[in-house]
Amino acid sequence: MIGLLVGVPLLGAAVLLCGGRRLDRSGHWVGTLLAAVSFAIGAALFASMLGESAGSRAMHSKLFSWVPVEGFQADVAFQLDQLSMTFVLLITGVGTLIHLYSVGYMEHDPARRRFFGYLNLFLAAMLLLVLADNYLLLYVGWEGVGLASYLLIGFWQHKPTAATAAKKAFIVNRVGDAGLAIAIFLMFTTFGSFAFAPVLSSAGDASEGKLTAIGLMLLLAACGKSAQVPLQSWLGDAMEGPTPVSALIHAATMVTAGVYLITRSGAIFNGAPDAQLVVVVVGGVTLLFGAIVGCAKDDIKKALAGSTMSQIGYMILAAGLGPIGYAFAIMHLVTHGFFKAGLFLGAGSVMHGMNDEVDMRRYGGLRKYMPVTFVTFGLGYLAIIGFPGLSGFFSKDQIIEAAFAKGGTEGWILGAVTLLGAAITAYYMTRVMLMTFFGEERWRQAPTPSPAEPDVEPAAETRGEHAEPHPHESPKVMTIPMIVLAFGSVFAGGIFKAGESFVNWLEPVTAFEHGHSPVSASAVTAATVVSLVIGVGAAWFQYGRKPVPVVAPRGNLLTRAARRDLLQDDFNHVVLVSGGTHLTRSLVYVDHKVVDGAVNGTAATFGGLSGRLRRLQNGFARSYAVSMFGGAAVLIAATLLMRAV
Amino acid sequence: MTGITDLASAGGASGASGVPSLWTLAAGAAGAGDKLQAPSIEYGKLSPVLIVLGAAALGVVIDAFAPRKARYGAQLFVVLAGLAAAFAAVIGLAASGVGSSKAQIAGMGALAIDGPTLFLQGTLLLVGIVGAFTFAERRLEPAAHGSRVDSFAAQPASVPGGEGEREAVKAGWTTTEVFPLLMFAVGGMMLFPAANDLLTLFIALEVFSLPLYLLCALARRRRLLSQEAAVKYFLLGAFSSAFLLFGTALLYGYAGTVNYSGIARVVSGADAVSDPVLADTTGNDALLLIGGALVVMGLLFKVGAVPFHMWTPDVYQGAPTPVTGFMAAATKVAAFGALLRLLYVVLPGLRWDWRPVMWGVAILTMLGGAVVAITQTDIKRLLAYSSIAHAGFLLAGVIATSEDGISSVLFYLGAYSFVTLGAFAVVTLVRDAGGEATHLSKWAGLGRRSPLLAAVFAVFLLAFAGIPLTSGFAGKFAVFKAAAEGGAGALVVVGVIASAIAAFFYLRVIVLMFFSEPQADGPSVAVPSVMTTSAIALGVVVTVVLGVAPQYFLDLAGQAGVFVR
Repeated sequence: MIGLLVGVPLLGAAVLLCGGRRLDRSGHWVGTLLAAVSFAIGAALFASMLGESAGSRAMHSKLFSWVPVEGFQADVAFQLDQLSMTFVLLITGVGTLIHLYSVGYMEHDPARRRFFGYLNLFLAAMLLLVLADNYLLLYVGWEGVGLASYLLIGFWQHKPTAATAAKKAFIVNRVGDAGLAIAIFLMFTTFGSFAFAPVLSSAGDASEGKLTAIGLMLLLAACGKSAQVPLQSWLGDAMEGPTPVSALIHAATMVTAGVYLITRSGAIFNGAPDAQLVVVVVGGVTLLFGAIVGCAKDDIKKALAGSTMSQIGYMILAAGLGPIGYAFAIMHLVTHGFFKAGLFLGAGSVMHGMNDEVDMRRYGGLRKYMPVTFVTFGLGYLAIIGFPGLSGFFSKDQIIEAAFAKGGTEGWILGAVTLLGAAITAYYMTRVMLMTFFGEERWRQAPTPSPAEPDVEPAAETRGEHAEPHPHESPKVMTIPMIVLAFGSVFAGGIFKAGESFVNWLEPVTAFEHGHSPVSASAVTAATVVSLVIGVGAAWFQYGRKPVPVVAPRGNLLTRAARRDLLQDDFNHVVLVSGGTHLTRSLVYVDHKVVDGAVNGTAATFGGLSGRLRRLQNGFARSYAVSMFGGAAVLIAATLLMRAV
Repeated sequence: MTGITDLASAGGASGASGVPSLWTLAAGAAGAGDKLQAPSIEYGKLSPVLIVLGAAALGVVIDAFAPRKARYGAQLFVVLAGLAAAFAAVIGLAASGVGSSKAQIAGMGALAIDGPTLFLQGTLLLVGIVGAFTFAERRLEPAAHGSRVDSFAAQPASVPGGEGEREAVKAGWTTTEVFPLLMFAVGGMMLFPAANDLLTLFIALEVFSLPLYLLCALARRRRLLSQEAAVKYFLLGAFSSAFLLFGTALLYGYAGTVNYSGIARVVSGADAVSDPVLADTTGNDALLLIGGALVVMGLLFKVGAVPFHMWTPDVYQGAPTPVTGFMAAATKVAAFGALLRLLYVVLPGLRWDWRPVMWGVAILTMLGGAVVAITQTDIKRLLAYSSIAHAGFLLAGVIATSEDGISSVLFYLGAYSFVTLGAFAVVTLVRDAGGEATHLSKWAGLGRRSPLLAAVFAVFLLAFAGIPLTSGFAGKFAVFKAAAEGGAGALVVVGVIASAIAAFFYLRVIVLMFFSEPQADGPSVAVPSVMTTSAIALGVVVTVVLGVAPQYFLDLAGQAGVFVR
């Protein structure tokens, strides 16, 4: 049954990718249906799980023995506990909605069948990742997610930018993958196993140094998949993929994998405070980094991408807090899954109605033309900024509270960072909202080549068409998923918070401790609301009160840096790329001079030897006979000599 | 049979007078000198050999009496039926446990029917079948005056380029005698690794060598080269036979017997020689060492080990290519089988004497074959040197002196023989106006003209080079592993270096085929009949199957890895 969860979308991927053109007309519905079936199975398992008592809800199912070698036992086995269940429902539920939305979004794409095949593959890989009962099988899913994201980001591979972005995502992820691989090696040498149960139960026995090493390697892996500093650079470029892909990557799959990994390996991090500290630092830095980048982007998808980075930063930070934070990290992950999917689908809907325009400076006043998109996007917006009563409020508030509860100077710093993040979040999301749906209708103004960010250039090809866009609402197949997600954005947080139901649900897996905050809960809430108001107000002051220029102003140094993703690519280029180039150049030099020299010298030696020996073969039988005779004499002499000595 | 009776009765008569007789000793009737025992022959156990030799004799009769037109079909039928029946008999014997628990000495002590014998006989029969396919190919040569002809001379007795030859060609004659010759060779080779005394060994050697000398002389094209090769092969072969025979005599002088286990018992001191006539010579270690060395050298000649290898390139190049393929594959199988038995059954007590010498021979053979092959320009000579290098690799396995050594050599022989047959079969297909285009420059760009053929040949070359997923890798790995475990680590290092050198010239041919521009007047690839096609296809299949899933066959060779004493 658990295997079916993975098997159904995998089957879909196989059928769609191998099925050929005869599935072109129906393939998208096949893909959507199979995703829905997987969700139905997940829901059924959830129902049966609810019937059990909290302690006995985890289910195991061994499919087959994968590598049965003495001293090295790898099984293809699944483990479905509360944590996995949460992910399964999120992945299949949001995934199914995105499938449905894509039916409309990709309607005119000739390769729609292939697209749905990849989407199903993505789901299958992600489900394998969260359902595996050992780190090795998790690694398979981990790589599968990397592969599927590569295929989807580069889906329009005829665009060089998309092809490059796909490669970038893949390569940056490799760095993280190497971390996971090393972590698995370390686990095997430390614990003699890589199945969750033995590793996590005996994590307390291992030395702190080893746990720290494993934890840091796991963190490196999480940084790759979850786009955390310093491996964040792929996320922005990944917007080159079709918008549903962005929604899928940012909400339901891929970036959540890192949070899952850290939460799942909680027992290891609990024993390694140093590693936890690094996790918290990474989360905090990324939180601010993403938020600042999000403020400066004029490309609606890239602004949302910065926001994702920042929100995942919140989750990683919460996960780094230990048992006081795990449950909130996952809770925020789920609510974020709803509103971020909704926001991306909304952005896609806007683009759909605006001739694939992504520059927000060419939007404006769209609320009249796209009422459904406006309302659903607006609800997602209110949720993400943490408007009281909506999903994001509950989950983010908990994280901020837990950050203060960390205690000491650390707690104050973390609390301040999370509060600051909340304010910036409110600022940039309000900016997106105002520039897109309010203000004057800037898309009516004559198109001019944009001197702004060079990396939004791909949009120029659509901009070049002088046809004025005619904003219109998207078809039902696209709006319905948005409406469903909007409901989630509004109510999920409240439901999870009511009676601490979510925390209690996860407690058997992640353990939970109440943090003791130096400031009272209500004070934290008040501070959150204040920072929210400050952020919204600043944005309104800048973008709501006065018209938005179509051409971006030059901006100050920080703005310009943020437009270039805070110079992340420049940093990578200078530090890594040029270093690597120098290394390869010097290696090539050594290869040419030393290795080739040795090789050619050896070859010449043997060639010369060969030419000389060859002359012995002169064609005369008499010489051959002499050689035999001489050889025989030598051999006999040698044999006798052996006896003598 | 009269000869045997004469000898036996002479032995019986002489037993009383004190003159020793080989036959009385061979029959183990030392104590019953004056009474002739009726020989007992285990016909069932010998049936594979008997079937093959019987089919060979039948082939002679057919060639003598059947009308010319009917000979080809009849001969081919007899050959294939005989080989298949013999193979079935081998399988039957193996299935009834003769290869393992019921292994025994048969034929009055002359032959050992055990695991290695059956494994090698089975391999030889399969090689014989595939070889017969290539012998019978009649689609490659252009039809001579309307009749299809094969690779063999129209009338071998005619003077090359003379009037007789022209008439024979005009008449469309073919040499159907090649089929009985092939069968005699196969029969002799099957006896060779089974031989359990030195005289049987010698007779088996001659039984398979003489037909091979003849076959080498029968090329239809370039007949002078072919005849020269045959004469060289014959002269040097006779020379090496003399070594073998002389060694036999010395060993008899040492041990008073030619029986393998008898000699071994004398070497180990378990038996003493009581024959007064040999009192002066028995137990003389010099006789043992020189005699043993000479016998081993006779076998090293057949496997083409340095410094007894010099016939190989000339003969491989001159012989008709189907004969080269068969000879390269089958002779190695037979000779290594005999060498294994000799070293493991007769001379294990002398291990510390022959091992260092064999080390030297193996190193020279591996390096010599690989190094000289680098500068070859003829594909058949290249393959000849490659076969020398492979003989060196096999010797490394022989030196292991362990059960693993035996089984790894058996596996290697099986794998190697099919690669060789396939490779030479491919050589027969690449032709120009002068027959086979064996000069390497002609092979440039073959991959563009006939990608399939070039790819197949590339598979064989990769197998020769020992690249993983081919049988060559599995075989080489098994042999080197056995050698390393047998304490010959340094030998393995040299073997790996030689493999690296060898890989160079194998890959050079691949590069030549796929990455060079084809020549304007390049050769064409003939379309063969189903026979050569199946020979090549079988070679590819065996190469890949043994490379991808070698374990079953390694186990099979492992079960066959015990000699009966």
